[in-house]
Amino acid sequence: MSERIILKLYVAGTTPRSELAIHNLRQIRATYLNDNFDLLIIDVLEEPQQAEDARILATPTLVREAPPPQRRIIGDLSDRERVLRALNLGLSGSTTRVG
Amino acid sequence: MVQQNGIEKLPTGIPGFDHISEGGLPRRRITLVSGSAGTAKTVFACQFLAAGIQQRGQAGVFVTFEESIDDIRRNMLGFGWDIATWEAEGKWSFIDASTAAPETVVAGEFDLDALIARIHHAIRKTNAERVSIDSLGAIFSQFEDSRNLRMELFRIAHALKQIGVTAIMTAERLEEYGTIARYGIEEFVADNVVILRNVLEEEKRRRTIEILKYRGTSHRKGEFPFTIIPAHGITVIPLSALELKQRSSTIRLSSGNVNLDRMCGGGFFRDSVILVSGATGTGKTLMATTFLAGGAMQGERSLLFAFEESRDQLYRNAAGWGIDFDDLERRDLLRVVSVYPETAGLEDHLIAMQKMIAEFRPTRVAIDSLSALERVSTSKGFREFVISLTSFIKHQEIAGMYTATTPNLLGGSSITEGHISTITDSIILMRYVELFGEMRRGMTVLKMRGSMHDKEIREFKIDGAGMHIGAPFRDVTGILSGNFVHVNPSEIDRINQMFEDEE
Repeated sequence: MSERIILKLYVAGTTPRSELAIHNLRQIRATYLNDNFDLLIIDVLEEPQQAEDARILATPTLVREAPPPQRRIIGDLSDRERVLRALNLGLSGSTTRVG
Repeated sequence: MVQQNGIEKLPTGIPGFDHISEGGLPRRRITLVSGSAGTAKTVFACQFLAAGIQQRGQAGVFVTFEESIDDIRRNMLGFGWDIATWEAEGKWSFIDASTAAPETVVAGEFDLDALIARIHHAIRKTNAERVSIDSLGAIFSQFEDSRNLRMELFRIAHALKQIGVTAIMTAERLEEYGTIARYGIEEFVADNVVILRNVLEEEKRRRTIEILKYRGTSHRKGEFPFTIIPAHGITVIPLSALELKQRSSTIRLSSGNVNLDRMCGGGFFRDSVILVSGATGTGKTLMATTFLAGGAMQGERSLLFAFEESRDQLYRNAAGWGIDFDDLERRDLLRVVSVYPETAGLEDHLIAMQKMIAEFRPTRVAIDSLSALERVSTSKGFREFVISLTSFIKHQEIAGMYTATTPNLLGGSSITEGHISTITDSIILMRYVELFGEMRRGMTVLKMRGSMHDKEIREFKIDGAGMHIGAPFRDVTGILSGNFVHVNPSEIDRINQMFEDEE
């Protein structure tokens, strides 16, 4: 089986854009990922120091912390194809290649 | 400083800038600082924060999109800004938004709320009053969608205003005289625009700063030269912003020569500037030496800026005219600064000279020669230099003497003269006079603002005791033009007679 995937999603408050990103991410998980997956949602308005430490500029930003190398995806994740490619998730199935 | 219409200004502490901006940057507003590559935008942005910390105890936040934080820390050390220490003291904080981030993909719409939250956080943490963002162009190369980004920049600007900080944003321009900034940023972010330039003119680089607009408040118009000095940073030279309100003195100083004093109607005025013009070897350096020694004899301090001759040469010359520079310097009555004009730009010379005058506090200053300085500058830059220096000297209420070299041995005027004759208070011309197969020397006081003076061209001689002024040339005309015509003495008498009859 593949390595455990750790994702962090940085959002700014509970705006429609934040909600959309969270929604899109949950759909991707339901379709392409199994339980081998951790998601941490960070509100930069509540925890600006975390945004500072991770040098986040844009919201929403999805960071794949593991497996390496780190990948960053900016935006509300509605361009699913790009998200999947960036996360190295096959469009058709559940095979996860580590790049 | 509160303006009539309520827009306050925050004194930046950048030398000269507060003068041309009539008080500093508009407080709690954003000012766009735009310039092409190499115009010192980052230095300006850093100095804005550094001056706040050093001079007013105001903390600052620096957002960098381009240079790495390490580079900035290292580069600014040369100006004496120890950013790392300020960071440790909680006076300066960086927000690293430079491009060194891991690979990033855009998938959907986004905003820059995370950046805004970080800026806000940093401002709160340090209680900052000043923010610099350097530079906006780099943010456009980080993300693709420039239309969306303009909107985001607008939101950042709005957020900064809400927080109530005074901020600078820098932006790139592609050409020195064209659109204000790339990507049409300026319409979105700034009510206030400052332009930095580094123009190549007559093969010489010239840095200028211009306040293009200050919405709702006043400022000086046009370009002002500035220079970047190690250990100080940017220094703007205010030029025409200098006010002509120095008092005009009626106190006279001796020129160092009794007869010259008489020709000038009793000596030079204390806060006047005298231009001495003549061909090489006519005695200009002697005139300056006499002038300085005249001050030293009365126990006053004199300062000589020599751009043509070395110290040794000057000391030897002075000794040849019976003046002991060594002794005067030992008694702290004289200081001689000898530099090659080519060692620095005129702006740098100007700052160094002002500093020297302010430190030594002389009552007399001589510059030998201005023409040498003209070599290293554009004509515009030179004129600005002379105006600034003259204005500075007058503000100090001291007397200045400039020498200028004419290109022709006989007659003619120097380029220097043409540029600055209206700025100086007095003009003394020194000329060779060919008389019956012999070269002799003549001088005349052409102009003496606010005083009667001798109108005659007098002969003078130079020997081991200095300068000796004698009788006027009676029987030769055309000395100033160099076209000598010898006149029969009886003809002169007849002409004089004629005028007397008319009265």
